[in-house]
Amino acid sequence: MVRVTTFEDVTVIATESLSKRYPRVTALDRLSVDVGPGVTGLVGANGAGKSTLIKILLGLSPATEGRAEVLGLDVATKGAAIRERVGYMPEHDCLPPDVSATEFVVHMARMSGLPPAAARERTADTLRHVGLYEERYRPIGGYSTGMKQRVKLAQALVHDPQLVLLDEPTNGLDPVGRDEMLGLIRRIYTDFGISVLVTSHLLGELERTCDHVVVVDGGKLLRSSSTTDFTQTTTTLAIEVTDTDEHPDGTRAVREALHARGMDVLDSGGGLPGAGHVLLLTAQGEETYDLVRDVVADLGLGLVRMEQRRHHISEVFTNSDEQRDAQRKEAVGHGN
Amino acid sequence: MATEHSVAAPSGDQTRIHNIGYRTYDGPRLGRAYARRSLYSQSLRGAYGLGRSVKSKVLPMLLFVVMCVPAAIMVAVAVATKAKELPLDYTRYAIVMQAVISLYVASQAPQSVSRDLRFKTVPLYFSRPIETADYVRAKFAAMASALFILTAAPLLVLYVGALLAKLDFADQTKGFAQGVVSVALLSLLFAGLGLVVAAITPRRGFGIAAVIAVLTISYGAVSTLQAIAEAQSSTGSIAWIGLFSPITLIDGVQSAFLGASSAFPGGVAPTNGEGVVYVLLTLGLIAACYGLLMRRYRKVGL
Repeated sequence: MVRVTTFEDVTVIATESLSKRYPRVTALDRLSVDVGPGVTGLVGANGAGKSTLIKILLGLSPATEGRAEVLGLDVATKGAAIRERVGYMPEHDCLPPDVSATEFVVHMARMSGLPPAAARERTADTLRHVGLYEERYRPIGGYSTGMKQRVKLAQALVHDPQLVLLDEPTNGLDPVGRDEMLGLIRRIYTDFGISVLVTSHLLGELERTCDHVVVVDGGKLLRSSSTTDFTQTTTTLAIEVTDTDEHPDGTRAVREALHARGMDVLDSGGGLPGAGHVLLLTAQGEETYDLVRDVVADLGLGLVRMEQRRHHISEVFTNSDEQRDAQRKEAVGHGN
Repeated sequence: MATEHSVAAPSGDQTRIHNIGYRTYDGPRLGRAYARRSLYSQSLRGAYGLGRSVKSKVLPMLLFVVMCVPAAIMVAVAVATKAKELPLDYTRYAIVMQAVISLYVASQAPQSVSRDLRFKTVPLYFSRPIETADYVRAKFAAMASALFILTAAPLLVLYVGALLAKLDFADQTKGFAQGVVSVALLSLLFAGLGLVVAAITPRRGFGIAAVIAVLTISYGAVSTLQAIAEAQSSTGSIAWIGLFSPITLIDGVQSAFLGASSAFPGGVAPTNGEGVVYVLLTLGLIAACYGLLMRRYRKVGL
């Protein structure tokens, strides 16, 4: 199931036992991973080595050992050529407040080598694609966080790169802004044909957007697999039902009925809203949904909700969550 | 998965023109040298507030006018009184106007480099084909050019005026050429010092104060010491003390080699031997500023 080798003929990013050691810390530890075209998520907790990897991929920081290629170019020797074809959106604020988005993005386009006329035309196009209209003539200082993130994205796309590296693009956004940004990231590949490497510390967020997810922790590769593989092993179904006169405790009735049919049912995770009224079971596939529907219907109960519980990235890493320890081990096992 | 080609404008956007979808760019990519030139011209324009807000045009333009007006007045006087020569040497002009030049460096060097550091725009530059050296060279060259425009423009006014007043052509041309060489050197030195100080003090307002301190306090200290040395009639040490502030350094160089009359107390000019030290120190300082800037920017990478 694990494909640490090229999964299509074209490879966008390939690293081979890539290591980066600083005097006190090891930021990357023999990382070997291949990334193909599409949207790839790079997940890891803070300090997992995500930003270090991006720096190396842009040819800005030499690796201690190992090698890496971006778009078939060696990062150690072809840094400038890579940076001409790659866009980068940093995690932190990087916009001067006293110029307009248009002026700023035009300037950045020229820094990427676009002639003045092309720079202006591409800027207008790109700002429109990221969803900035009239406000693009106003100074950036007055923008909302969401608009600033769009400008940052626009400057990464303005020179029509073949690959963009997005460092935590949803940072600081509210849920709506987050969804819009994720939709935009998806479109960068589906509509614009530009491959994306996007980092996040939220696995759930990337599951919705990415074709492929790479998980790193402590500079080591924990896992690299397509998103469907990922969700299959981690999908948990949460069910909530109503009570009726016949079954005063509907939740218990469903649990017993599912038990009778050989399903392993967990009580809802502690601390979540509606704890005690939510049942968790591991979905085996389509038939699990049918089974739940039938069981609930047979008991004559109302199904309040049945949803996939997306796992937070911390569940892949931490030992504290004993309830899912087995599951975690399974997940980690796939990465090695 | 949004497969439809709609721009992310879900509602309330009647002004939207027809969406023409994403267009790829197949045109030329002009690479590093072009990017460096673009950064140079953007920085040079920015040093006079062009391409920036109206507010940021006020100070540099005002200082430019203040630099040129005395020259214009001198020319007017020379023409009106049919004087035999200009009231002020070309080489003396920048020395007399040094406060204005320092103020210009203090206001524009921080806006040129500190802004990029403060708002962390620098990583965006280095994620593009240009490298540390390109950035430093473009900024250095832009600041030096801006200063050269500021200091050479009044000399040009004087020169043109002198020719209009029918002063001796050969004499005026020689003086003008010496003045231009002198302000070119001054521009490089002041640009370097201003940028280094601004690059290590990215905080707002702080850079301005630091540049003023370096340029004017050193001059104050040096000229005080020189005055004391003169009072104690140890004229030999006056020239050596002059090595310790940027403007007296330039003064020394042009007194020794560019036919300028020294502004040092008692009109003491450095001897040729001392003059060589002045030139070497000036060039060394310019090179050191470049080196320091390179070191500074190697650290701020991404």
